Amino acid sequence: MAPLEQEPAVEVARPATPRRRGGRRRKTLGDWAVLGVAVLIGLLIAVPFFMILVNSFKSPTDYANTGPLSLPSELYFDGLVAFWERVDFPEKLWNSFYISGIVAIGAVLISMLNAFALGIGRVKGRTWIVVIILLANMLPQEVLLYPLYFMFKQVGLYDNQWAVIIIFVVIQSAFGTYLLASVYGTFPKEILEAASLDGANRWTILWRVVFPITRPTLSVLIIFFFIWTWNEFLIPLTFLVSNANQTVPVAVAVLQGDRLMDVTTTSASALLGLIPTLIFFLIFQRTLTRGITAGAVK
Amino acid sequence: MTTTTPTRKRAAKSLVPGSDSRAFWPYLIPGLALLTVIIIVPLLWNIYLTFTDYRGIRPPEWTGLDNWEKLFSDATFWTSFGNSIAMIAAMVVVPTLLGLVLAAMLFDLIGKKFGGRIASFLRATYYLPQILPAVIAAIVIGWILRPQNGALNQVLAAVGLGDLQHNWLGSPDTALPSIMVIMIWVQLGYPIVIFMAALQRVDPELYEAAELDGANWFQRFRSITASIIRPEIFVVTLTCTIAALKVFGPIYTLTGGGPGTSTIVPAYYAYSEFFQSQQVGYGATIATALTVVIAAVSIVFILVQTRLERRDEEVTQ
Repeated sequence: MAPLEQEPAVEVARPATPRRRGGRRRKTLGDWAVLGVAVLIGLLIAVPFFMILVNSFKSPTDYANTGPLSLPSELYFDGLVAFWERVDFPEKLWNSFYISGIVAIGAVLISMLNAFALGIGRVKGRTWIVVIILLANMLPQEVLLYPLYFMFKQVGLYDNQWAVIIIFVVIQSAFGTYLLASVYGTFPKEILEAASLDGANRWTILWRVVFPITRPTLSVLIIFFFIWTWNEFLIPLTFLVSNANQTVPVAVAVLQGDRLMDVTTTSASALLGLIPTLIFFLIFQRTLTRGITAGAVK
Repeated sequence: MTTTTPTRKRAAKSLVPGSDSRAFWPYLIPGLALLTVIIIVPLLWNIYLTFTDYRGIRPPEWTGLDNWEKLFSDATFWTSFGNSIAMIAAMVVVPTLLGLVLAAMLFDLIGKKFGGRIASFLRATYYLPQILPAVIAAIVIGWILRPQNGALNQVLAAVGLGDLQHNWLGSPDTALPSIMVIMIWVQLGYPIVIFMAALQRVDPELYEAAELDGANWFQRFRSITASIIRPEIFVVTLTCTIAALKVFGPIYTLTGGGPGTSTIVPAYYAYSEFFQSQQVGYGATIATALTVVIAAVSIVFILVQTRLERRDEEVTQ
């Protein structure tokens, strides 16, 4: 397999970007204006996040006196602590992480197998197969609740995290299949030809050629799937009824109904609900740069 | 081995030479099996329920087309679909167009003149709302827009525009526009991330050639950028349209479809029939009608996309 591993085309995939060319670095007034506009848009988008941050550290009296926009007059951690303890936050964190992690990996795997058959295998009727698979994405989730409730009850998966995991593997992989199938459809033929001349069978081609070359796209999908699953609400709310199984968003929302919660604890709960995905995103956001179609070799 | 047929006949041939496309079927088995259990069966079940009067307790009672007749004369249902158009404007049209411009701006201008770090920092900022769980977003937006001591009203008062203070989500004239603005805020980051990734495929020499030919930024953007990243534009437009048609979370958490029916959307209407009115049969009918609409839109979309791809293939061959 050695010749396959040192894939020459991978280098071709990353054309040297011309960083320094004559005059490229000169900045006109217009460039600064564009930057200004871009920064302003960024600030507008970030305002609500600033508000979450500021209000999480205020005491209720402080909030009542100064309103939502001012900085806290002194740092107050009781809201954060109250939320942390009331919902047993580490438990919810682990639930969300466990569910989203397995879904992300499972859905990418299924997407890849589907897309391999559709994009590279060019299975007959692939357009229609993609449409049918996309059904998982098209359906309003409310449609699934009643039937799946009965089905999971029957097999003893109701109030079990695997119920949610299975549902989201199917839903997320529908998007993955759609995107990946069109990327694989443009996979460079020469590489596949070379591999098959070397005697690689389909399974080997998938794992030794297609998988490594499209890894950037696959990692983008993993990030999307993880965050999307983390943020899901309706299905986890319905299928994870017991407190110990709930995810972070469900825990936050359930507490919302609790009249005893003051605004600053609410804000603290929002902050704690947001931080995990934020950290995840910051760690992996570079992966996004490498591109959804990085496999597209000329 | 390589039988290059110069005809336009679409032979069932895989991209792997010597491999019949049928040999790839086993790879579809896990995906299609799961899809059948989790999606297809519930969907068929749901379609069956549309022909019944079912309250969730006693077994469903067959009523034929009653639910469907009711649906077509139900003003609330049509209002909910009208609001879907507004959601498409807010979640598809504006984010895709703005996302294209911003992605090109970040990649082409800011990235090249001010450095990739600034560009990716801004991109991450734009993407922030996408990583915020809808429930939490709703809590925050809820405070910002609330009539008493909400942040927006306070800001308006502070800058001397106190007359503009408003119960943003609570009055019928501003509830829908407010939701639209929120959805633009939520959605914008998604196309930007995908488009910026796609832009890396664009050969910089193309731009330089166009520049030498005297094409201005907009002309280059239209004829090079927009055409090369067309597959991603398709993916973004279709997935956002689907998301817009079945939007539920923000409505559920922010307005509950109100005031009155001013912000009701089909998915929320179906949900409230299911769980508040216990009219499961009618809820299923609304949900099925919505699915039919989404499926029709998607099929048309994918057929157009396939046709364009095929045309391109013929051109490049």
